[in-house]
Amino acid sequence: MNRIATVSHPRSSPLSRRHLLAGTAGGVAALAAPALLRAQPAPVKIGLLHPVTGFLAFSGQQCREGALMAIEAINAAGGIRSLGGAKLEPVLGDAQSKPEVGAAEVEKMNEAGVAAIIGAFSSAISLATTQSAARYGIPHIVDVGVSDQIVQRGLANTFRFCPGYGLIAQIAIDNLVALNDAAGKPARTVAIVHEESLFGTGTAQLLQKELPARGFEVVEVAKHANPTRDFTNVVLKLKALAPDIVIPANYYNEYVLLARTMRQQGVRPKAIYSVLGGAASSFKFVKEFPDDAAYIMDCNHWYDPRKAEALELRRKVEARGLFYTYEVFLAHEAVRLLADALERAGSASRERIVEALATSRWDGHFMPYGPTRFVNGQNEGARPVNTQVLNGTIEVIFPAEFASARPVFPMPRA
Amino acid sequence: MRPLAPIGLFALLALPLPWLTGSGTVLNLATMVLMLATLGQAWNLLGGMAGQFSFGHAAFFGTGAYATAILQIRLGLDAWTGFATAVLAAVAMGALVGFASFRFRLRGSYFALVTLAFAEVARILANSLEITGAGVGLLLPLAPGLDRLQFTDKAGYYWFALVLCTAGLLIAARIRDTRLGARLAAVRENEEAARALGVDAFAVKMQAIVWSAGLAGAVGAFYTQLFLYLDPHIAFGPQVSVEALLGPIVGGTGSIWGPLLGAAVLQLLGEATRALTGGVTGANLVAYGIVLVLIVRFFPDGMIGLGRPRALDARGVSG
Amino acid sequence: MLEPSILTASLVHGLANGAVYALVALGLSLVYGVLHIINFAHGALLMAALYGVYFLVERLGLDPYAAIPILVPAAGAAGYLLHRWVVAKASRGREEAVLLVTLGIALVLENLAVALFRSDTRTIETGWAFAMVAVGPALLPAAKLAAAAGALLAVALLWALVRATDLGRAIRAVAKDREAARLVGIDVEHVFALAFAIGTATLGAAACLLLPTYYVSPQVGHGFVLIAFTIVVLGGMGSFWGAFWGGLLIGVVESLGGLFLGESLGQIGIFAIFIATLLLRPTGLFGRAV
Repeated sequence: MNRIATVSHPRSSPLSRRHLLAGTAGGVAALAAPALLRAQPAPVKIGLLHPVTGFLAFSGQQCREGALMAIEAINAAGGIRSLGGAKLEPVLGDAQSKPEVGAAEVEKMNEAGVAAIIGAFSSAISLATTQSAARYGIPHIVDVGVSDQIVQRGLANTFRFCPGYGLIAQIAIDNLVALNDAAGKPARTVAIVHEESLFGTGTAQLLQKELPARGFEVVEVAKHANPTRDFTNVVLKLKALAPDIVIPANYYNEYVLLARTMRQQGVRPKAIYSVLGGAASSFKFVKEFPDDAAYIMDCNHWYDPRKAEALELRRKVEARGLFYTYEVFLAHEAVRLLADALERAGSASRERIVEALATSRWDGHFMPYGPTRFVNGQNEGARPVNTQVLNGTIEVIFPAEFASARPVFPMPRA
Repeated sequence: MRPLAPIGLFALLALPLPWLTGSGTVLNLATMVLMLATLGQAWNLLGGMAGQFSFGHAAFFGTGAYATAILQIRLGLDAWTGFATAVLAAVAMGALVGFASFRFRLRGSYFALVTLAFAEVARILANSLEITGAGVGLLLPLAPGLDRLQFTDKAGYYWFALVLCTAGLLIAARIRDTRLGARLAAVRENEEAARALGVDAFAVKMQAIVWSAGLAGAVGAFYTQLFLYLDPHIAFGPQVSVEALLGPIVGGTGSIWGPLLGAAVLQLLGEATRALTGGVTGANLVAYGIVLVLIVRFFPDGMIGLGRPRALDARGVSG
Repeated sequence: MLEPSILTASLVHGLANGAVYALVALGLSLVYGVLHIINFAHGALLMAALYGVYFLVERLGLDPYAAIPILVPAAGAAGYLLHRWVVAKASRGREEAVLLVTLGIALVLENLAVALFRSDTRTIETGWAFAMVAVGPALLPAAKLAAAAGALLAVALLWALVRATDLGRAIRAVAKDREAARLVGIDVEHVFALAFAIGTATLGAAACLLLPTYYVSPQVGHGFVLIAFTIVVLGGMGSFWGAFWGGLLIGVVESLGGLFLGESLGQIGIFAIFIATLLLRPTGLFGRAV
């Protein structure tokens, strides 16, 4: 599956090589058609670049599954119509959880003649891959990476469908205030527990700056390593400080350990309100630890539960024995975003795809974003959603337009 | 004194590669080989020539990488000043680690693990300090230009790496061919005997670690210029230290060409296993690990050691 | 805000964690003491053992502690074969070769796990995950207390094995002087492999004790391997009691470091104490002079 390009191009400037490749992908179909007599149009190669080994392997594999399922579905439905039903052909890449390996994979994908790249889950890897892809003008859709730096570098090829952490932290705070006000302001003090790398630290910094202005007192900011083997210290401090709200921003394993340790030590704040919580809106956590997960709230990537496709995909994903996590549906929708752009571009040329993405007004997706609108590569309509684990399942509590349940806050004493 | 002609020939032969290949993959691969070869050479100056195995070269690599990034981002200096400072900062780090460990006569596994501890301390500090951007890391603005040592063309980075690799080879050859090399070899083979013969073991080991750290710092600065983003794990993570020692040990420790050969073999092996194992996640690294074990089995002195007399058998990292 | 009760609780938790660290480190230390090799595959072997417990619990419905009598001999046998067939054959006792071989083994094991089990984090559900025991002012999960007690018991058994059995005597003889041991007729290669096997078997026990309060994923070994190295060197390489006290000390230092400096910066305590110890006492706390 993992094709390594064996074609060697004559030395040429990136620009002319781009034309050449555009020619191979789009033009060859036209040239070959009469000769091969109604042969299938040339497939459009799509690079799927994720960290499927190394410490990010779980998330990377989830992204890859989601993207592959989207490609399957699109091909089964007849491929790209404006390209005569051309099929999408995945070119798989493994960033091995390292930015430099991700960048090397971009080179290979370029030579394999991909029309676009989708990846690369982590912010650090996405920074490297978007930069390398820009050199060849390859359109690069960032499926998950939440660091806002990714779309602030002026790279014309880089598009992010989902929201960045700046916006997520902002909306998380708005919703927290709304939640608190509606309940008669029972909560005043907040403790933040976050992981030490880019997304946890970045999110925590934003929260720490913003919360005091909105009437909350931040009594503790606990940063922890990945992995942290024991959360007792953190939880003991929480126990002593007794904050009204605990805000975790960390990865799955640490989130689960934290939640369980809190329960073991009898720490029960008025709310566990995560921002990009690694497990808070994970069906895996809810299924495996229903008691620990109960009433936990999260502001995170989430699909629009009113859309049938979203629920249909969930069934399909679960039928494959996988959990329907945000990695899966974001990568899935990133592929469909690209397919829409291909459809409108009517060409697999990289420039045309970049143009089509830049002017994209796609509303066929199942995320609660409205029609896409890219400004400097960021989808301006992208929004996170607030969820809460209620009665053993994950319900949407904000935004009100499509909330499936009313928030339970403060959470009941066990 | 052996002539430096082979190094000149190597540089000359490697120079035209960007004109010969239009393939970004090949050029990228070659750049990575040169980068890792230089990092391996840095390790080799200390581990191979002086017999002091380090598990913590990430400390020097990361110091160099962060030094130039901080100078460019926080002080707005140009990349050349940043690069020079990176080397100096890494040298200082090397002197610190070396002084602490050699002064207290740490050897073998103790030395190896104390360097690892220094690298971990650096990683944890980088994760907490404001100046390094803590966990958020540092991102250099994308702005090609010679003063910023950023190139629009991959070839620029390739030649940059080639310069570093050649410099590493010249340093290694120079050390090997001078008295320092002989003294280091004496310390490596038997430190007590070397002392008895009047070699100031502390002084020569300090020289080795300072050269080694400076070169590793230069590689770190190169990494910063190439990828423009650093976080504590990328710069100081244990995987950097492992990459530094893997190449020279596979290629052959103590030989000036060992690190380059090792880096090339390992990179090509990585590519080959990926190409051959297909879509099963992780299968490429399983194959890579197996071949690594087989290389050790069939090339006990490193790839370059074929046919070389086995002189170093009795030497121990355990001290 | 630092009430004495938190401090004591933190200390107790540190000791409980430290007991398990000590057991993990003892396996490594034993291998070092006899074979003089730094086994980089130790973390990956722990990971493999954790998967072993996981499947015994999930597939056979075994209690994780009931898995100990199965997993310990199984891990030991695997360790024996691994040393005989791979480590010894490939490295021929040369130390930089061993380094590469064990790195290679770690890479193979970790990615085999990725290929076979995906990278999902797996946990086991026990009925008593929330059973808590009061130890002084500290509230300790029963599973953690059981792990600490089990680790101490395993350490005692290991000590008895090394001290009071023929095998133990042979191991100590080889550790002291392998050539002399060979001369008196000890099958040194066999003893090497046995030492490696015991080192791996301790990981089998550690895995059974650890999983009820932790999780397993292909990368889980990374979190333990550096700490185990630190403990082994801190205690004095190859020293039995060094590894034991070193484990407890590191457990406490980690816990208190986390308490005072936070769980990110607090990790620095482990390495700072490590560096300081080595500089002041280069052979470790319990090591003999080089």
